[in-house]
Amino acid sequence: MKASITKRLVVGAAVGGLALTLAACGGSSSSAPAPAGSDTGSAAPADLKPVKLQLQWFTQGQFAGYFAAVDQGFYKDEGLDVEILEGGVDIVPQTVLAQGNADYAITWVPKALASREQGAGITDVAQMLQRSGTLQVSFKDKNLTDAASLKGHTVGNWGFGNEYEIFAGLTKANLDPAKDVNLVGQQFDMVGLLKGDIDAAEAMTYNEYAQVLEAVNPKTGELYQPEDFNVISWEDEGVGMLQDSIWANTDKLENDTDYQDTTVKFIKGSIKGWAYCATNVEKCRDMVVAKGSKLGASHQLWQVNEMNKLIWPAPNGVGVIDEAAWNRTVDLAMNTKNLEGATVLTQKPEGLAYTNDYVNKALEELRAEGIDVTGENYQPITVTLKKGGA
Amino acid sequence: MSVRTQQRPKVSSDEPDVVKVGRTIAAGARLRPIAMSLLAIAIVIVVWELYKVVGPEDGGEYFGMRLLPRADDVSMPHIWSIFERYWQPDVDVAGGSTVAVAVLQGMAFSLGVAGLGWLIGVVVGLGLAILMQRFRTAESGLLPYVVLSQTVPLVALAPLVVGWGGQLKFFGRPWEPWMSVAMISAYLAFFPVAVGVLRGLQSPAATQVELMRAYAASWWKTLVRLRLPASVPYLLPSLRLAAAAAIIGAIVAEISTGTKGGIGRLIIDYAQAATGDPPKPYTAILGAAVLGLVASALVGFIELALRRYRPVEARG
Repeated sequence: MKASITKRLVVGAAVGGLALTLAACGGSSSSAPAPAGSDTGSAAPADLKPVKLQLQWFTQGQFAGYFAAVDQGFYKDEGLDVEILEGGVDIVPQTVLAQGNADYAITWVPKALASREQGAGITDVAQMLQRSGTLQVSFKDKNLTDAASLKGHTVGNWGFGNEYEIFAGLTKANLDPAKDVNLVGQQFDMVGLLKGDIDAAEAMTYNEYAQVLEAVNPKTGELYQPEDFNVISWEDEGVGMLQDSIWANTDKLENDTDYQDTTVKFIKGSIKGWAYCATNVEKCRDMVVAKGSKLGASHQLWQVNEMNKLIWPAPNGVGVIDEAAWNRTVDLAMNTKNLEGATVLTQKPEGLAYTNDYVNKALEELRAEGIDVTGENYQPITVTLKKGGA
Repeated sequence: MSVRTQQRPKVSSDEPDVVKVGRTIAAGARLRPIAMSLLAIAIVIVVWELYKVVGPEDGGEYFGMRLLPRADDVSMPHIWSIFERYWQPDVDVAGGSTVAVAVLQGMAFSLGVAGLGWLIGVVVGLGLAILMQRFRTAESGLLPYVVLSQTVPLVALAPLVVGWGGQLKFFGRPWEPWMSVAMISAYLAFFPVAVGVLRGLQSPAATQVELMRAYAASWWKTLVRLRLPASVPYLLPSLRLAAAAAIIGAIVAEISTGTKGGIGRLIIDYAQAATGDPPKPYTAILGAAVLGLVASALVGFIELALRRYRPVEARG
């Protein structure tokens, strides 16, 4: 009698343990499926067209405009129910798009062109960033102010196709990247720069540069200040390559009138989102945080503000692909060799690599609605970073 | 252990004194691993802080290689500053939670997904083992693939699973990213079970199998009465290995696919703050380590439940 009770207890405990596991599971299944676009309502109304957007990284200020367009109903106004898919370490947005698991993807032009050369049928339909945000950051006392001065120094880079601006800049300054500088791989963080392992570290204006300014300077006990560093902007060095842009499925663009229509609407909503973020920086930050971004609040505000600076002003209207910048990007992608002697592209992109047809149509409609799509009077805000970006 | 094996043969459901012994063993078995894991954690803390005292502030570089890690506060924050960080806000906005809450939520999510992956892995592993035991051809045909399956790098697999998942519907519901994570977790978990249990099913001595044959027992009867009980001592470590594999699979898959909500994703999220807020990434890493211990403890309960099969059959 007693024995069977103990037995039951033990079995009960085991089952309880399992049940706990399953319960945790059940909990996750009810909380996890809330998709990024759930603000538009629990179920998509029948008259809204479902659209999936694949980001190139986790939810963060870099993509604030798209989240704002969802949150403020700009996509909904166009009849779209947009679901935003986050990126990950091994998620290649242009592949997700080419496989048909997303309708649109945000990615950098050189990487997308490389995927095109591998057979991905994708087209750049809107160039959201007007300029490149890649920097090379170094301590002031190293006196590294331009590409030529990097000679003989340790230069950090991320690899994986993120290093081509550096290589192009060095080549342009008549340096051989393989011999004249010491190239080292860089982590996600900027500890290498602060510890002196790297003389000049690669950094995006909207992310890693801020990370440095969020760290405590052991000499002063305060945060590092911009005056403590020299910054080389690859855009200013004339080797900036086009970055965040909206890519669409080429085949559907050419054959599916419905998709063409959706593309115009999607671009329209996205530009409206960024136009909203140009003036509502803090609100856009809050939307991104509400979507579960774990980056610090001041860091995130900095990020939205810096993204705005890369977008605005846009003399031709946001999203228009500038032919000169496009050609420069293609040219650099074809002629810059990395350490292995490889170039991003082996030949000029064939077929419909980019088109301004849809963005122009979207801009026309936006102008008619009185939306400022050039941001002539755009003024960035001043963001005070806190320790660790908190 | 020795007490148990000696008492074992006498066990019958109506002997109160044996019950008492059983209870003490059960209590001891439950407390011991907890005490041991606490001790293990304490040792890690002591070693960590000790290194910070004696280790070179700027690391040790020998033969042009950095062999000793830096002991400064950016590279190795103090344990107490890591624990302090748990009570500070996760993201400093109105309505934000503390890091502790975020880490616990992440752990619960990952445990749930890994638990599902583990369950699927165990079922698949058991099924494969029984199939391979039953049919020699299945064993020679399947086993190489079972082994091969574990040599495929996870980073190559994860985007594929996500890609396929995106085109599936699951009972009318869209495929969610966490389902991909559970699949990858199951993919790692099934292996130790399949291999271990196959070993266990084949473990009865020829005399025992022949005895069953002499009784004209069917394959099914032999499986239920002889092979499955005999496989328990092999199953238990397999379940533990599978639990560890499931947790690792879930964490790596979360990082790889960027699935939101779990501890793996949190590690990457917090790692981005490493430059200015060094203790933050460690809060999540610590959470992941504790998660492994929790999973192991949960499997411990199953071991308790299957206790009665352990010594007798293993002695053969």
